[in-house]
Amino acid sequence: MQLSKKALAISPSLTLKITAVAKEMKAKGLDVAGFGAGEPDFDTPQNIKDAAKKALDMGMTKYTPASGTNELKQAVCDSLKRKQGLIYEPKQIVISNGAKHSLYNIFQAILNPGDEVIIVAPYWLTYPELVKMADGVPVFVESYEENGFEPTEEAIRAAVSEKTKAIIVNNPSNPCGCVYSQKTLEMIAHIANDVGFYIVSDEIYDELIYDGHKHYSIAHVDENTYGRTILVNGLSKTYSMTGWRIGYTACRADIARVMGSFQSHATSNPSTMAQYAGIEALTGPQGELEKMRKEFDHRRKTIVKMINEIDGLSCVEPKGAFYVMMNISKLKGKQIGGRTIETSLDFAEELLDKKLTAVVPGAAFGADDYERLSYAISMETIEKGMHRIAEFVQMLK
Amino acid sequence: MKHEQTLEILDILENNAKTTAQEIASMLDLRVEDVQAEIERLEKEKVIVKYTALINRQDVAEAEFSEAMIEVKITPQRDYGYDDLARRIYKYDEVRSVYLMAGAYDLCVRVQSRSMKEISKFVFEKLAVIDGVTSTVTLFIMRKYKQAGVVLVEEERDERLVITP
Amino acid sequence: MNTERFISRRVAQVPPSGIRKFFDIASEMKDAISLGVGEPDFVTPWNIRESAIFSMERGHTHYTSNHGQLSLRKLVSLYLETRFGTRYSPESEMVITVGASEALDLAFRAIMEPGDEVLVPAPSYVSYMPGVTFAGGTPVAIETKEEDDFIMTEQGIAAAITPKTKAIVIPYPNNPTGAIMTKEQLAGIVDIIVKNDLLVISDEIYAELTYGGKQHVSIASFPEIYPRCVVINGFSKAFAMTGFRLGYAAGPRPVIDAMVKIHQYSMLCASVMSQYAGEEALKHEMETGFAQVEKMVKSYDQRRRFMLDALGGIGLGAFEPRGAFYIFPNISGTGLSSEEFCFRLIEEKKVACVPGTAFGEAGEGFMRCSYASSMENLKEAVKRIGEFVDSL
Repeated sequence: MQLSKKALAISPSLTLKITAVAKEMKAKGLDVAGFGAGEPDFDTPQNIKDAAKKALDMGMTKYTPASGTNELKQAVCDSLKRKQGLIYEPKQIVISNGAKHSLYNIFQAILNPGDEVIIVAPYWLTYPELVKMADGVPVFVESYEENGFEPTEEAIRAAVSEKTKAIIVNNPSNPCGCVYSQKTLEMIAHIANDVGFYIVSDEIYDELIYDGHKHYSIAHVDENTYGRTILVNGLSKTYSMTGWRIGYTACRADIARVMGSFQSHATSNPSTMAQYAGIEALTGPQGELEKMRKEFDHRRKTIVKMINEIDGLSCVEPKGAFYVMMNISKLKGKQIGGRTIETSLDFAEELLDKKLTAVVPGAAFGADDYERLSYAISMETIEKGMHRIAEFVQMLK
Repeated sequence: MKHEQTLEILDILENNAKTTAQEIASMLDLRVEDVQAEIERLEKEKVIVKYTALINRQDVAEAEFSEAMIEVKITPQRDYGYDDLARRIYKYDEVRSVYLMAGAYDLCVRVQSRSMKEISKFVFEKLAVIDGVTSTVTLFIMRKYKQAGVVLVEEERDERLVITP
Repeated sequence: MNTERFISRRVAQVPPSGIRKFFDIASEMKDAISLGVGEPDFVTPWNIRESAIFSMERGHTHYTSNHGQLSLRKLVSLYLETRFGTRYSPESEMVITVGASEALDLAFRAIMEPGDEVLVPAPSYVSYMPGVTFAGGTPVAIETKEEDDFIMTEQGIAAAITPKTKAIVIPYPNNPTGAIMTKEQLAGIVDIIVKNDLLVISDEIYAELTYGGKQHVSIASFPEIYPRCVVINGFSKAFAMTGFRLGYAAGPRPVIDAMVKIHQYSMLCASVMSQYAGEEALKHEMETGFAQVEKMVKSYDQRRRFMLDALGGIGLGAFEPRGAFYIFPNISGTGLSSEEFCFRLIEEKKVACVPGTAFGEAGEGFMRCSYASSMENLKEAVKRIGEFVDSL
């Protein structure tokens, strides 16, 4: 019996590997400082939980329409309008089992074998895998620290071919924490309109932007851009609802219909009580969000300062999300315990082994000069972990 | 008829006394005549005592209605045990049910009347003065959430879609 | 902008449009009596709902392992062994999914190469064929017949096998026919499956709902089939947990590994409180000898018999269903096609049933009635269907 070559070719996630080892060590009782977290460490706000409880009380335990309840779709539309002034109707919304699922739907719905999707590196490793699963071909565009990890027009133009079907714009981005300038977004929109391809705009971190900056969605650029943008978002990061699994897309109604139909066969609706909770999240009081953002901001400043104080390490201050890319290029070639640090994976493995500190190697994001550190962890862990990293760097010869 | 089929008939009727013998026969794959005969037998033997409706009094507009549970302690009597005293109590019209309990008190008496005042009167004038009753504690029912297995206060909504594959 | 060209060909070719229209009309008819529902009418038992609430209160609102929580997998493993005699390692031979439908999608994607053929009985659940197509394979229908009790037979399979056949879907108890396959009937198709080296995808979502003293037999319990079988199951039907979206797949490690690879990127994990609720469902039922499940089964059984009788009484004879909660009466005697019948029934009498053709062309001449509805509804619905049939 032969398994699908495509399924076999899917890369095992490097993030998960390190996380798994760290988890094992933790289970053994070792005091591991983990910077791997991809989710807020806050609990879901009480009003949202109460809404789910009420749904369970009332016996809302049945199927909903496969693409989500109309009430939740309406709440999504209202929130997009309130936050960004974007106008959508419920029929343009598809509710999914998390934003990953939304992305999966998108690529399944739009890609034919051989279609190319432009991805800006460093990228979230799920993107290329989802593209490949849909028989598409990921095409990478490099971006650099000195430009704040924003891609340049030349780089994107160079990547465009007649097979280009879409570009993924992850703004604010994981892993870089960068927030694209309006100019960059207009530039990307312009190319997309020019050539004629989709823009998949992953805005899952849209509420986690610091220093008073405001999120600007690429769908805003102009009418044409709005029509070719498939906006992806979800409740996981904004409302600390990762375990609930609610994500959504907003796009032209005809594309939404196709994705909805695909979803109806492949998985059907996301969990019913999570949808009811989602309505409360989007329409209820938003105070918890502000508190969380403040806390993240505080940690962000701390971690950036601590990294830049260590000789040999550096980072640019991220403007959004809850990750920072720690540049280790100056330490490459150094040795520890007879092993030369040649890659980001070497660094991460040795750091975990010698100092019980887990970071995610940048190679997982196509950026081997970096380690990704998440600051969705407690301040104590940040301080403890950073001290360990400092000690580790001193051990390198 | 098999014992378990009899039990199923009782379950169906307990849930909805209006289910016809014809329907029960269909549901249990039995002959109508057999079901009819069995129900008659059960009625005759007082297994099925009575067919009643479950009423949510709180929703009846002009309802002047009050209900209480009374915990009654008694001294059992020689030769009769509790039965004789229980009989003296359950004969009253106001009394809806009487149970013998194990625990802190002996009889649990549920009383129903038009007002709290009437119930109090019943307790002072009728119940507490019976020889052998040593004490009573009257607990008025403020609100009924669930009765006879049916939730009265809220309806769990059936929100199923008209068609699902 | 012409967006047609933007849509993936694979997706564009499904679903067939005719049935869509019927679904759209029916879903607007809020006042109709519906026999079209593919889910239990029971609300999820309170202990299960309560455990979901409890898990939230305890702050279990974060991601779980991609495979699903180990504690849940252990219970599923124990459940499958005690209930169906099949053993799976909770660590490596199992994945928890967003409903059984995701498990199916993953299974197809894990095995499919372009052009591979998958045998699917018809009539059967609406998503098998699209699922195969989405994964790049070619679905091949095997018509099952009323006179064969809607089961799959060796001859039927033999006639459909080609060198490209890679897998076979075995969905019993069956939606929409209510057919089950007994141990003997399953034994009859074991050889041909093994001889042709097919992977079996056994959708057993209705396994707990069988009637007339017939226990469900998992085809994975045949030792020859076990190493080539992915069992798909879930909590929706047995425990009335449709809205929780919780299912699972159990099978040989290489297939499960491949499925998890896809699942980790496409879905990450099933909703965490659903997973806690699932644990409670299994634990409680195993501790109480499946009392809750049996109570529900008994109630479905009464309604099943009622419908069989009542439909017979109005001249719509039906094959006696032995599983799930559907009855599939033959309406060909009325001279109407399935779609005409159902369209007119909902328009003239406000009763929603699903045309048999929704489940494949083989369903022509039939309609699916779900008896997961109150006795009052069923009585009224049959009365109206009777009036409709008389009016023809």
